[in-house]
Amino acid sequence: MTTTDPYAGTTDSPTGPVFTVTGQDWDTIDSSAVEGDRIVINMGPQHPSTHGVLRLVLEIDGETVTDARPGIGYLHTGIEKNMEFRTWTQGVTFCTRMDYVAPFSNEAAYVAAVEKLLDIEVPERAQAIRVLMLELNRISSHLVCIATGGMEIGALTVMTCGFRDRELILDLFELISGLRMNHAYFRPGGVAQDLPYGAVEKIRETLSLLKKRLPEYAALCNANPIFKGRLKGIGHLDLAGCLALGLTGPVLRATGYDWDLRKKQPYWGYDTYDFDVVTWDEPDAYGRFRVRLEEMWESLRIVEQAVDRLAESQGDPVMVADPKIAWPSQLSVGGDGQGNSVEHIKHIMGESMEALIHHFKIVTEGFRVPPGQSYASIEAPRGEISCHAVSDGGNRPYRVHFRDPSFVNLQGTSIMSEGSMISDVIVAIASIDPVMGGVDR
Amino acid sequence: MSDETAGGGAGSRAADGADVPATPSPLDRTTLEVVAVREGMFGVHGTGDTSGYGGLTRPVAMPGASAKPYGGWFDDVAVKLEEVPDAIEKVVVDHGEVTFFIRRAALVATAQHLRDDPALRFELCSGVSGVHFPHEEGRELHAVYHLLSMTHNRRIRLEVTAPDADPHVPSVVSVYPTADWHERETYDMFGLVFDGHPALTRILMPDDWNGHPQRKDYPLGGIPVEYKGGTTAPPETRRSYS
Repeated sequence: MTTTDPYAGTTDSPTGPVFTVTGQDWDTIDSSAVEGDRIVINMGPQHPSTHGVLRLVLEIDGETVTDARPGIGYLHTGIEKNMEFRTWTQGVTFCTRMDYVAPFSNEAAYVAAVEKLLDIEVPERAQAIRVLMLELNRISSHLVCIATGGMEIGALTVMTCGFRDRELILDLFELISGLRMNHAYFRPGGVAQDLPYGAVEKIRETLSLLKKRLPEYAALCNANPIFKGRLKGIGHLDLAGCLALGLTGPVLRATGYDWDLRKKQPYWGYDTYDFDVVTWDEPDAYGRFRVRLEEMWESLRIVEQAVDRLAESQGDPVMVADPKIAWPSQLSVGGDGQGNSVEHIKHIMGESMEALIHHFKIVTEGFRVPPGQSYASIEAPRGEISCHAVSDGGNRPYRVHFRDPSFVNLQGTSIMSEGSMISDVIVAIASIDPVMGGVDR
Repeated sequence: MSDETAGGGAGSRAADGADVPATPSPLDRTTLEVVAVREGMFGVHGTGDTSGYGGLTRPVAMPGASAKPYGGWFDDVAVKLEEVPDAIEKVVVDHGEVTFFIRRAALVATAQHLRDDPALRFELCSGVSGVHFPHEEGRELHAVYHLLSMTHNRRIRLEVTAPDADPHVPSVVSVYPTADWHERETYDMFGLVFDGHPALTRILMPDDWNGHPQRKDYPLGGIPVEYKGGTTAPPETRRSYS
C-alpha cells in the first residue's frame, strides 16, 4: 500500500489511499486496508476490444460498472490543423485518413463543403462514381463493425468471414482508386480518375459473390442463442437519449426513427436511387446489428443501380469543365508506373507553353475559393459526418472542422454501459462502432 | 474578390430533393466585411519578391450582413428568433445557408428557444466548431454552432464571438448535452472557455499541454526532411501563395 500514486497525472491529488496494481500482484494489497470494494480500472488505451486506442475509466462494484468515462485523444494527429497548410485539393489526402474504415465518407463531406463554397455542381458521372464508392464503403465498414463486434464476444468465425468479404471490396477500391485505404479519390470538382477498363464487370462479379456471402452472417448470428444472449438488451439507448447526446446513424435508426440524410437531405442524386431506410424497434446492440446487416443489402441495391448508370455513361466527364478548378490531366499507368498520361505530357512539353504554365499553376498553387463558410453533411456508415469549411479567399482552407460521427456517438458510452457488467461494456461500445482515427482526428 | 454579388446560393444540391424545402435565395448581398488584408502574391515580404506583385494589397472580406427578407423559411426562423430579447447581432445568408450571429449573453436563451419552440424545434446540435480570426479586433474567437431540426428538416448556424482578452462563451450543454465534447474540443483547440460547462477539460491534447493548437498564432511545427541529398522544409516555412 502506498499513499502516492506513481501513475497519477500532475493535476491529481489523491486524498485516500491509492493502490497500484499492474497485474498478477493483487494479493499484495492488504485487504483490511480497503474500505468497501469500489475499484477503478483503466480499460485501454491499448485493449483489443476498444477499437483502437480508446481508454475507459471504469468504476466497478464487483462485476457491475457504476461509472464509465471514455478518455480519447490518443490518436490525435492534427489533421484539421495540417489541412490549413495545404491546398484545397491536397486537403483530401489528409481528411481521408480520419475515419480510416470509411475513408470515402470523410472525403465526401469535405468535397461537398468545398463545392458549396465554389458554387459548382459535379458532373453526373462523377456523382454516380461517388455514390458507388460511398455505398461499397458502407458495406465494407459495416462488415468490419460486425466482424470486430463478433470477435469481441468470442465469435471468431464472424470475424474471419467479415474480413474475408471486406477484402473483396478493398480489391475494388484498389482497382478503381489505386489504393486500398486512404484513397484521396474524391476531389473538389469530381473524382481523381475515371473507372478503369473492366471495372464495371469486376464490380458486378464481386456483387454476385457478396450476394452469396451476406446471408452467411444472418445464418450465423440472427437466431444464434449465444449471440442474442450477449447482444439483446445491451447498450440500450432510446430516441430521446440519442437526440440529446447527438447520436446518429444505425444507433438512431435502431430506435425506429428513419433519419437518413440520403433520403432526408439527398445529395449527389441519392433521391433518384431506389432504396429503403432500415429501422429496427429495439434500441440495443442487437437492433443495431440487424440495422447494419440490412443496410448492407440496401447498399448493394444502390451499387447495382449506380453500376448500371456508369455502364451507360461511359466516357462522360468525371470532373467539372472549369479549367480553373479541374486537375489538368487524367492519370494513366505507363511502363514506369502511374503518372500523367502520355498525351498530356506531349501537349504541355511539346505543343503549348500556356498549357504547361497552366498545369504548373493549378498543381502548385491550386485554386482559390471565395471567402465564406459552408457546412455539408453526409450519411456515413456511422452516422452524420459533416464538414465546416471556412475560406478567406485563399488557395488553402482557413479552417476545416469535421463533425465525426464516432466522436459524437462515443458520448453515449457512459449511459449505455453504466449499471451493466464489464463484459457488456465491450458489446455496447462495439454497437456504437467507433473508429478512433475519426474520433481523435 | 471583385465580384461582390457572387455566391447567391440558389440551387444547392441538398435542396433539390423530394421533401426538402426549397432553398431561399437572398435578394441582395450587402457589403462584405473586411477581416484582414492580404499583401503580395507569393508569400514573400520585404525584399526578394521580384515578381512585381510585391506591392499588391487585397482586402480579405467575409460575406457581410444580409438584409431582410432573407428568403423562404429563413425569415420564419428569424422572426421567431427575434422573440429572444437582444439576441441577434446580424444575419448572414450565403451559399443557401443562414448564419445568425448571436450576442454571447443571449446564447443559452436562444438555444433553449430554438430547441423548444414548436415552430423552430432544432432538436439536434450537430456540432460546435471554433474559428480564430486574429485580425478581427475585439472578436477574434468565434464559436460556431450547427443546429439541425429533424422535425422541419432545416439547418441553421449560430455564431458567437468573443475577444481574445476575454475568451468566455456561455455553455449550451444544459440545452444540448451533446455539446459536451464539442465544447471541450473547442476549448482544447482555441482556448475558448465555456462558462457553465460541467467539466471543461482538454479532450484531444494531453492534460498538461500548453497552448491551444488550432489558433492561428500556434505554429504547425515540423522538421525539415532530408531525402537523397535534398531537403524539404516543414510545410509552415515553405514559400506559399498568399
